[in-house]
Amino acid sequence: MTDALKLAEQQLLAPGGLGHSDLEKVLHHLMGPAVDDGDLYFQNTSHEAWSLEDGLVRSGTFAVEQGVGIRAISGEKTGFAYADEIIMPSLMQASSAARAIAQQGSRGTVQAWRRQDPRALYLPDDPMPTLSADQKVDLLRQIDTYTRSLDPRIQQVMVSMAATHETILVASADGSLAADVRPLVRLNVSVIAQQGDRREQGSDGGGGRFSYLELVKDNAWQRFADEAARQALINLEAVASPAGAMTVVLGPGWPGVLLHEAVGHGLEGDFNRKKTSAFSGRMGEKVAAEGVTIVDDGTLPQRRGSLNVDDEGTPTDQTVLIENGVLVGYMQDKLNARLMNMKPTGNGRRESFTHLPMPRMTNTFMLAGEHDPEEIIASVDKGLYAVNFAGGQVDITSGKFVFSASEAYLIEKGKVTQPVRGATLIGNGPRVMQRVSMVGNDLKLDAGVGVCGKDGQSVPVGVGQPTLRVDSLTVGGTSTQ
Amino acid sequence: MVDAAMVAQDVPDRDQELSKLAESAEAAIEHARSLGASNSEVSASIQFGLNVGVRLGEVETLEHSRDRGLEISVYFGDCKGHASSGDLRPESVRSCVEKAADIARFTQADKCNGLAPAERMATHFPDLDLWHPQPLDAGATMGRALECEAAGLDNPAITNSDGASASVGFGLNVYANSEGFVGRRDGTRYGQSCVLVAGEAETMQRDYWYDSRRAYDDLEAASATGHEAARRTALRLGAKKIATCEVPILFAPEVASGLIGHLIGAISGGALYRKASFLMDSAGQRLFPDWMRISERPFLPRGPGSTSFDAEGVATHDRDIVSGGVLNGYVLGSYSARRLGLETTANAGGVHNLAVESGEHTAPELMRQMAAGLLVTEVMGQGVSIVTGDYSRGASGFWIENGEIQHPVDEVTIAGNLKDMFMGIEAVGTDVNDRSNIQTGSILINKMTLAGS
Repeated sequence: MTDALKLAEQQLLAPGGLGHSDLEKVLHHLMGPAVDDGDLYFQNTSHEAWSLEDGLVRSGTFAVEQGVGIRAISGEKTGFAYADEIIMPSLMQASSAARAIAQQGSRGTVQAWRRQDPRALYLPDDPMPTLSADQKVDLLRQIDTYTRSLDPRIQQVMVSMAATHETILVASADGSLAADVRPLVRLNVSVIAQQGDRREQGSDGGGGRFSYLELVKDNAWQRFADEAARQALINLEAVASPAGAMTVVLGPGWPGVLLHEAVGHGLEGDFNRKKTSAFSGRMGEKVAAEGVTIVDDGTLPQRRGSLNVDDEGTPTDQTVLIENGVLVGYMQDKLNARLMNMKPTGNGRRESFTHLPMPRMTNTFMLAGEHDPEEIIASVDKGLYAVNFAGGQVDITSGKFVFSASEAYLIEKGKVTQPVRGATLIGNGPRVMQRVSMVGNDLKLDAGVGVCGKDGQSVPVGVGQPTLRVDSLTVGGTSTQ
Repeated sequence: MVDAAMVAQDVPDRDQELSKLAESAEAAIEHARSLGASNSEVSASIQFGLNVGVRLGEVETLEHSRDRGLEISVYFGDCKGHASSGDLRPESVRSCVEKAADIARFTQADKCNGLAPAERMATHFPDLDLWHPQPLDAGATMGRALECEAAGLDNPAITNSDGASASVGFGLNVYANSEGFVGRRDGTRYGQSCVLVAGEAETMQRDYWYDSRRAYDDLEAASATGHEAARRTALRLGAKKIATCEVPILFAPEVASGLIGHLIGAISGGALYRKASFLMDSAGQRLFPDWMRISERPFLPRGPGSTSFDAEGVATHDRDIVSGGVLNGYVLGSYSARRLGLETTANAGGVHNLAVESGEHTAPELMRQMAAGLLVTEVMGQGVSIVTGDYSRGASGFWIENGEIQHPVDEVTIAGNLKDMFMGIEAVGTDVNDRSNIQTGSILINKMTLAGS
């Protein structure tokens, strides 16, 4: 197995002539009076994106960024500074700035290195060279031609393809030394269809921690094109969404963004330490209906939200958050775990070396139940069937969440009927989870395009769920009939 | 507290830093030329800053930031490549240019690619009064954040805090292109914000307030920001849903600027040439009531969006985007302008200080004018389609009856179509939010669908 730590040392430390003893020297310098923990986070990220519109691949971009973020922790205080040059003088300067947070007091210690056991949820190889530039351009054009051929009403096709290759190394005063080399690719297809004066959009995509070859194997990209076209064409027929409280059936897969918003964020350690989450202080309580089990799992091979180790060097894990309706776990980074006297769960993540880590989700989903999806739909006399979503938002404190359906239908007398547009769902996370009355047997994870934002930091995540029935959720549309 | 002297940093030497950025940019352009590029354009920037977070009277985070970067677009005839680097070392800049050139070898020719027209480049660079540096003083910044939160916690209705923050940032940027244009920009920014919690357990509510200014002396007192955050949070206690209905909606200034943002999104070049806008071919049409005026004022001293040239070096100018309710023009950079057969409006990178002209009435007067309806102070979610104009978002605020606030409202949605909403604007209040790049008072809309219980 290729050793991520060796690769990371070669790429991040060797060019500046740095070795283990230099890291120790910086950590000793960082662990000044009253500093009780600290870490050095080295990162190199390269990224490319190619995009097509109007049948032309008229732009491509490449970006590279590298640096080190240095953090000193003193009780609940964190000092942070970073440098874009990985050389000794910059490291010492940044550690001086970071440690200035601490007051006078006793000095923390630097432990001997303990290496993490390497693991390989994905291959460390750079995904970018797995297709040549010519092949990338040809692929985008092929997708364009294919998508346009699906229906004459398709007026616009936009295709984008992107890859990231990230190498990180974390050296912490507690002795942990860990590295991870992370590939990530993504393909998106977006179409605009027109019928008369009416124009509607559809989009779909997928990706994960693998090479571009996964997207071309067996023309895997075709389902994204098919799906984007199908959504746009269906929306051409959609009528105004009803408004008011009604029963809602959520489709499997991407609609799991509901869990991400309604439950996931509220179970991140920082909000619970601060007691500002609607779930604060409710450990052991029944916060969801019976049969509802929700996990966060960063260990799924090749998934977009997976990591071998998090950005603090903690191996990722499967963390059960809600078990059969009962709140049993939070997602933690090191700082919040220590302050809450809990264990870190491998959820300490950061957008880059210029940002501080905080508790974040990886792949968050609800486990399957026992009902057939058909049975769930048949159980609804009048309601909404929401299959695809544009995204959501939550107010952690009041528990309110909102998300917008990009594909939804009316359910009338147990049958899916008319497509509707402009449906926004709004509810209160803990209350809505109590109203989950049926859980499907069709658990599905999303195709791999999720991005989660918190405090201005974006990280890739996964979501998933089986078909769900929620009794009474407020649907915001324009039609009050 | 920390020993402030230990972490206070000197003000960066603006002219020296700008010269270094210009040298990097010119080196990149020269390298692109040596690789055979017919044209190239570069933006190089550096930012220095300090951000302090406090919570319940203790400092939680002290972050020092120093971000550098350069991005380049190279043109080989009508083919374009783009690349960026997170540092400005000469070898990084050279390799960045080479990457961009590599990409341009594979992209397809597009006649609309290229630099903005040379005759449109800015030639006057008036002092816009955007540079007001002070030493980056960690102690003083901590003090400001602590004072802000303490003022908020003083309010007896406040039960918890999500923290307050104070920040200082200095930014410098050089845009240069291969036709010899070099434009320098500077700007300082001071900010503070406070997020508080009122109530307990299931009744908990949260709200915030902030201020952000070019000059430190223009910031409101830190305690004023904290008091306002507390006042807004306390007002939310006891929020409830209301029944589904059609009513007038009054958007508070902070959310009203979002509505104008949707207009800008829909009249932006990218949405128009992709035929992805509900406002295609709408220039010259009346979209608003006939008294409505929205102007762009790029030269406002200390303005949040002030600049004498856009992201392509094109000279900015004052203009009325909407007057007499009629849309006078779009929001274009040179690429989208060529695609549409029009001329750039100096909006590569966005708009520069938009102002919606206020009427004569204050916000309380607008409440009386609407008699019964919803005052919206927060919107949530992404339910806005620029393609169709469909608007459906989560909202919270206050139920108004007899022109007076009756009780707080949450967990409802408001929905309509932006075209009808724009035409249905009945008034713009005098309570302008001047912190924002889009400056407007409260906006009263005649009717939207409110979905609740």
